[in-house]
Amino acid sequence: MRMTRRCLLAAALAAGGGAILPRRTPSRAAAALSTRRIPSTGEQLPAVGLGTWITFNVGDDLALRDECAGVMAAFFEAGGRLIDSSPMYGSSQPTIGYGLQKLGRPKGLFSADKVWISDPAGGPGQIAQSRSYWTVSRFDLLQVHNLVSWEQHLPMLLAMKAAGQLRYVGITTSEGRRHDDIERIMKSQPIDFVQVTYNIVDREIEQRILPLARERGIGVIVNRPFQEGHLIRKLERHAMPDWASRIGASSWAQLILKFIISHPAVTCAIPATSRIDHVRENMAAATEPLPDEALRHRLLDHVAQL
Amino acid sequence: MSEWLSYSLEDFLMFSPRVYWRLFELHNRSVWPAQGIALFLGIAGLAFLLRPRPWSDWLIATGLGLAWAWVAWSFLWLRYATINWAIAYVAPIFALEALVLILVKSTAARPLFALDRGVPACIGLALYLYALVFHPLVPLIEGRSLWSAEVFAIAPDPTAIATLGLVAMAPRREIALIGIIPATWCLASWATLHTMDSSLAVIPLAAVCLTGLALAIRLTVIHPI
Repeated sequence: MRMTRRCLLAAALAAGGGAILPRRTPSRAAAALSTRRIPSTGEQLPAVGLGTWITFNVGDDLALRDECAGVMAAFFEAGGRLIDSSPMYGSSQPTIGYGLQKLGRPKGLFSADKVWISDPAGGPGQIAQSRSYWTVSRFDLLQVHNLVSWEQHLPMLLAMKAAGQLRYVGITTSEGRRHDDIERIMKSQPIDFVQVTYNIVDREIEQRILPLARERGIGVIVNRPFQEGHLIRKLERHAMPDWASRIGASSWAQLILKFIISHPAVTCAIPATSRIDHVRENMAAATEPLPDEALRHRLLDHVAQL
Repeated sequence: MSEWLSYSLEDFLMFSPRVYWRLFELHNRSVWPAQGIALFLGIAGLAFLLRPRPWSDWLIATGLGLAWAWVAWSFLWLRYATINWAIAYVAPIFALEALVLILVKSTAARPLFALDRGVPACIGLALYLYALVFHPLVPLIEGRSLWSAEVFAIAPDPTAIATLGLVAMAPRREIALIGIIPATWCLASWATLHTMDSSLAVIPLAAVCLTGLALAIRLTVIHPI
């Protein structure tokens, strides 16, 4: 019941927002937003979320905070829900909190943050500080950032979940680091999510982590889908494959996102951006049609030849 | 250890170039017109070097120490640390440089800051003048507003470069101690700007290299220190 109401509110926000803000990809994007099932609960989540690494770290700069709030507005307007951050991301958390307050606390928000502190005793205090920055009473998802002191933080997060102070628990890594440890934790701990790097050129997780996530019923959040923009800048020197329009991709960014979220084990990709046109472009990628297995291979072949 | 080797400089850059340069713009607007006072202090320091008085050494050391402490507090601690948590650990080191200046001056048997003849002195003077006069004009090269200028005693880079200039120009062995923190900061600034793909990265690196060259010339050719 609760999930249904959330989805309805998100759709209503998306439809209502369309009347207020100009948009490059009209209501079709929000209406057909592709969602994925969180394996541990069955809750539906839009397949594209919003990362905040670098892009939301704007300090006390009010003009830039307003720009970030504009990105968040466009994100929610398009039906987006999951926003991901970390205490490691400088001022990203206060920037999110500023945006949430400015937007009147959008109901569709799925708040994902992390605990990142080597001193295990500091975990609860850091989480309380993060909640304060976000201006939320509790997080939907908390992850152990880069597996820092995970042996101590993970039991603490699982206890918070059991006490109803948290809905989901996860672990994160990036750029292919500590995948052996990630696998070990996925096999031994009752986590809901794993966050890893995946894109059309960083595909190591296809070998073991993605199959393991399907086997163990663990949701997968994909970070660095564009390699912090480097991948897009490289690919934009080349023409897109002529069949890209068949899957509704009008840019390399959309093509890459569609490739990522079309993997059956992926729950949500979280590209970060500070631009409203880019967040709309990203959200529009989370729509059908997505590439099937044959088109995924054609895309891989195409990129390999560039 | 092997995990740390997998990180590149880019992995530690947590803000965009736009946010970085706007930091200086916001800071300059908030402390205006302190830039004029800073420039006056820098020129006064140069005047004391050219025409030394019995008390000028103490004035230079104290003024420079205040500049480091002010940059530590007003720019690093209050502003830069909001986008880079590592700077919270760097600000005290800038404050420490203020203490090093006073400590080295108070224990020096002879006047510390001096401008003699020769190549090292010319290098030092050039670095000092660059930090004071030309570094604030760098934004014009990149088409940025002068509000984003980095000014001596207001921003860390020109403060460090000017200090290295004093180190390079002075024929005193003990002054090398004063150069350790500025040189380290300049290398860190080089890494930051290089990671931001900024051509300006060469400036702090060149300042360190030139200071090293000046000290090497003194040690190997002039060897009075």
